[in-house]
Amino acid sequence: MIALFLRDLRLAIRAGGGFGLGLGFFLIVVVLVPLGVGPEGRTLSLIAPGILWVAALLACLLSLDRIFALDHEDGSLDLLATAPIPLEGVVTMKALAHWVTTGLPLTLASPVLALLMNLPGPGYPWLMLSLALGTPALSVIGTFGAALTVGLKRGGLLLSLLVLPLYVPTLIFGAELVKRGAAGQAVATPFLLLAGITAGAAALLPFASAAALRVNLR
Amino acid sequence: MTPPAAALAVTDLAVSRGGLPVLERLRFTLHPGRALILRGPNGSGKTTLLRTLAGLQPPLAGFITAPPETIAYASHADGLKATLTVAENLAFWAQIFGTGDIGAAVDGMNLRGLLDRQAQNLSAGQKRRLGLARLLVTGRPFWLLDEPTISLDVASVALFAEVVRSHLAAGGAVLIATHIDLGLPEAEVLDLAPHRARAPAAGGLMGAFDEAFL
Amino acid sequence: MSIWKYANPKQFMQTSAWALRWLVPLTAVLMVLGLVWGFFFTPPELRQGSTVKIIFLHVPSAMIGINAWLMMLVASLIWFIRRHHVSALAARAAAPIGATMTLIALITGAIWGEPMWGTWWAWDPRLTSFLILFLFYLGYMALWAAIEEPDTAADLTSVLCLVGSVFALLSRYAVNFWNQGLHQGPSLTVAQKQHVADAYWYPLMICIAGFIAFFVTLVLLRTRTEIRARRLQALLARERMG
Repeated sequence: MIALFLRDLRLAIRAGGGFGLGLGFFLIVVVLVPLGVGPEGRTLSLIAPGILWVAALLACLLSLDRIFALDHEDGSLDLLATAPIPLEGVVTMKALAHWVTTGLPLTLASPVLALLMNLPGPGYPWLMLSLALGTPALSVIGTFGAALTVGLKRGGLLLSLLVLPLYVPTLIFGAELVKRGAAGQAVATPFLLLAGITAGAAALLPFASAAALRVNLR
Repeated sequence: MTPPAAALAVTDLAVSRGGLPVLERLRFTLHPGRALILRGPNGSGKTTLLRTLAGLQPPLAGFITAPPETIAYASHADGLKATLTVAENLAFWAQIFGTGDIGAAVDGMNLRGLLDRQAQNLSAGQKRRLGLARLLVTGRPFWLLDEPTISLDVASVALFAEVVRSHLAAGGAVLIATHIDLGLPEAEVLDLAPHRARAPAAGGLMGAFDEAFL
Repeated sequence: MSIWKYANPKQFMQTSAWALRWLVPLTAVLMVLGLVWGFFFTPPELRQGSTVKIIFLHVPSAMIGINAWLMMLVASLIWFIRRHHVSALAARAAAPIGATMTLIALITGAIWGEPMWGTWWAWDPRLTSFLILFLFYLGYMALWAAIEEPDTAADLTSVLCLVGSVFALLSRYAVNFWNQGLHQGPSLTVAQKQHVADAYWYPLMICIAGFIAFFVTLVLLRTRTEIRARRLQALLARERMG
């Protein structure tokens, strides 16, 4: 299973754009918001947690349809399904590789963008922590969506429609954690709930994703 | 390679595609050391049968008995990654199947000179050879091959036949869906035409639709 | 004979045809009685005047909006476990009705909210959860529409319905939490049910019963349509087979 993870990472690096595309998108959204909202620092710092989280979420969404589509096209998915590793393990590794190529770079780059959004000082550690905690859930949920739509011709648009409502709890708790952290309030509740969602999604959703894949490969 | 303890046996198998039966009353046994060639026109259900045997879809009726984890399936697509080298592609599948060694496969499909080349720079025939080398690294005795010789030249077909023969000699077995003559005179042939699914009125099976909705 | 005999399409067609003979008039009577009584024969409320009467549309449609999803969940589970085709088709049939009811609840809520709170829309937890529920309906229907092979579609939408239910519930709690975080104001819509006077209570109950009957009627009708469509598909496929 580690081999699958390493292969996906290697493919992302060789294909180019694996890391860069999501990051670039994240940057562009965050640059566009002040252009639309206006340059006033107080307004920006007020909406910074929400905008940063929504931008990260959209950047994650961007690369979801590639999780299984390429492997489906070239037949690797059929071969993986008949390989001795369980399909649940395959989808978990896929989600992990997706997180390392999108969620992790977003988390690492977020302080720079938070600077652009005038996020209050105390919010920085909480922003990175919330993204580090929450983006794995985004990848796991997104993998589920990708597994549902793998064989479809116009899967990309449908994928967004399916996945975005599922992102609601993660978004709410993630942004709330940053908001409270930046305002110096108690953060325990959103922190624990966000961690709970990630843990629960990572533990249970691979079974649903694998079931969906099996149906799609039939 | 460990010889299989038992044969791949198919009893009264019926397979369906898109909820409709395509083949029925299939009954054959593939013993170690034997090759079986499936023949039938396009759309006769060769691919569906192979996918069912590989466990990718459930049979409509009947049984497939085979020792667990002994079947390696190769579809039309080779499952190659264009940006990985030949060696990386093979090593990946070797790791997934837990065999680890790619040397025999490389020599078997005559890929030694291409090891460091990216798969996107291979010719169609070379790609196909790499796809077949993948079978060797699975270490599984039963091979299910779907049109394995597409885009192979005559020499490569001969090479392929040689690989199959040595696989058979080592106690493996192959089931091949193909149109062309592979140069394997010892192989048995299974014509799928008589197994075409009949309409339910003529005594055939009901598909998933029919059972529920007619 | 167990209850599952009704899951056989043929049996279902017969039973539902019989049930519809009674359900259609029952729906008509209940709806007309409840709505006419509610709209024209109830006294205007002291503070809200006659705007309150939209309650007779708003509350029943909101109830159906939520419960239609529950029904889909149960139907999806039955399909998953017992693989009765009618069950999957009933879930498919219920989705647009549930979505429409949710939309009606949102629109009537806005119409009611404008004179009462002075705004068409507020990001109140209840309203927000309903909007999210509507999005779940949209995704569910889009997935059904996108997949051609009917059994594959039934399987995948069932999985989605299952996972979606968990996330819809999570969203409900998340939204509650989120709005508290924003403004601590009183929940705007909770109070209405406790303070319903008798004069409103009886017509409201009749309206709810009418909406339930309406929902069941529509689901049965639409399921019958789906079954006929599937039968047609099976016949065409048979013809191609020769």
